[in-house]
Amino acid sequence: MIKSNNLITYGALGVLGIFGPILFPDYTLSIAYLWMMVLMASTWDTLGGQMGYNSLGNITFFGVGMYVSAIVQISIFYEGGMGEYTSAMGSIKPEFTDNEYFLGLYLGIICAGLVALILSIIFSSFMFGLRGPYFAIGSLGLAIAAAEITITVDYVGGASGISMPLFPGDIEFRSTFFYILCFLFAVAAHFLLRWLYSTQFGLAINAIRDDEDKAEAMGIPTLIYKRIGWGIAAFFMGCIGAVAGNMAGFIDKEVAYPIPTFGIFMVAMVLLGGKGTLWGPVLGAILFHVVKETTWTYLLNLQWIALGLILIINIVYFQQGIMGWLQDKFPERFGIVVDPSGTQADAKSEGDAK
Amino acid sequence: MSDPIIEVKNVSKSYGGVKANVDITMKVERGSITGIIGPNGCGKTTLFNSIVGYHPIDTGSISFDGDEISKLRVGDIARLGMLRTFQQTRIYNKMDCVDNMQISVSHRPDSKVSVFASRKGEIRERAEHLLEFVGLYSKRNLISGDLSFGQQKLLELAMALMNEPKALLLDEPTAGINPTLINGLIDRLRRANEELGITLCVIEHNMRVIMNLASHIYCLSNGQMLAEGKPSELQNDQRVIDAYLGGH
Repeated sequence: MIKSNNLITYGALGVLGIFGPILFPDYTLSIAYLWMMVLMASTWDTLGGQMGYNSLGNITFFGVGMYVSAIVQISIFYEGGMGEYTSAMGSIKPEFTDNEYFLGLYLGIICAGLVALILSIIFSSFMFGLRGPYFAIGSLGLAIAAAEITITVDYVGGASGISMPLFPGDIEFRSTFFYILCFLFAVAAHFLLRWLYSTQFGLAINAIRDDEDKAEAMGIPTLIYKRIGWGIAAFFMGCIGAVAGNMAGFIDKEVAYPIPTFGIFMVAMVLLGGKGTLWGPVLGAILFHVVKETTWTYLLNLQWIALGLILIINIVYFQQGIMGWLQDKFPERFGIVVDPSGTQADAKSEGDAK
Repeated sequence: MSDPIIEVKNVSKSYGGVKANVDITMKVERGSITGIIGPNGCGKTTLFNSIVGYHPIDTGSISFDGDEISKLRVGDIARLGMLRTFQQTRIYNKMDCVDNMQISVSHRPDSKVSVFASRKGEIRERAEHLLEFVGLYSKRNLISGDLSFGQQKLLELAMALMNEPKALLLDEPTAGINPTLINGLIDRLRRANEELGITLCVIEHNMRVIMNLASHIYCLSNGQMLAEGKPSELQNDQRVIDAYLGGH
């Protein structure tokens, strides 16, 4: 049952992923943002849903990744260096060759992910002493601090931001290229998490969510699991931040640290779809994005009200989100049933008889 | 011949003005079942908490399997091989029973189960076997928080056994469990002790249970060690009768 459902879902998402931009070329970048939001929601859920640590600061890694990749892309192939580039405030437009551009971009994305990962390990040494609302507010503080620190550093353009290197190619190829990157990262994150949740790691973070003191008392080395969970989220957020910066073409504090939009959206999407499940964040992100794009197009000026309404209905009536509601309603579809065979041996012989 | 696995020496612990434990000395012999009894508020659970590192003790020393553990924290002590169950049963209540069991495997350095180990095969087999041992096999796919209190208690015991600890401290294992199930539980505790070689230390108010189960019993009163001895000795000890058992 679940297996065939899975195949249908993957099929549908695969068709959307591959044929979406071919059938609707005008919406390529919009669908790219959809995959980006799927990634953000899925990686947020690792801590927020599966582990019960509501981080409002994952957007920090997005911004840091964006800036790290800008530094890497510019400083390795522009002789003047990063300082000269940013102090010219966008008047310098270095001509990178195709090879230079793409090599710089790939290196930038990898470095962005790694720096974000290292940063998350440093943060985790003091952040995971906090629980509940203290962790949420503490992590929000990290994001705000990172944003404020960024604008004081002239090396990365301070408050006036950085113009990213120009994409060598026409505008359609540019959209398709960044679309593919977003899609691949979302797919990679999904399958990595899918595998992780099927291992002991998945159970350990669930145990931390349900009763961290009990988990400690049972000898689970909780800090290691928390670090791995946040590290994975940070790595992907760093990578996708690097991609997003290049998609935007120009980065500054607002683009890199969209705390009130993406920072909150990723939480809202997970709550909508159902936290602590593999598919909830994906479903939530898709629904949320579709509603957002539709209201932005047809209900302009009312779009925030529409989004707010959805959030309120979600929080008041469907706190467990769509997946959680389905599990409550149809537990047998999720395998939550009493087994009539009372013993392991009974179950085995029944299985053999079948 | 004495071979204690847990040794508590002159341990004191107070909360503000309350002296919960005063100069407690006791030991639990390897492979034994040891009981702790005493009136409510006499410091039994505080003593458990001190032993497993839940809070720092004021004075004294505690050793486990030869190592001084009074400065270690809960997780470190658990990874040495000593676990406790809680008076207020604690399980992972949003996970199903099998998952509760599978994550309870040993996390000691010699454990074969790693962070990224799969949840199929041997580990699942053992989880289901132990669920059958406590009579929860048919409920194994249910969310554990939906089980009855007694069943949760049994699940918590099974989780502790899944960990294969060297010593297990049980805080009122039979509280809230119906009489027929209590007999089964005593039987299971004894089998865990004999077949799996787990040393047990049990806090219990049910005299029938503890007198049957334990080979050696300590009685606390007002935070102090009142008496110790074999069950038959304690039953006839006038101090214990006055403080706890009461006259007939």
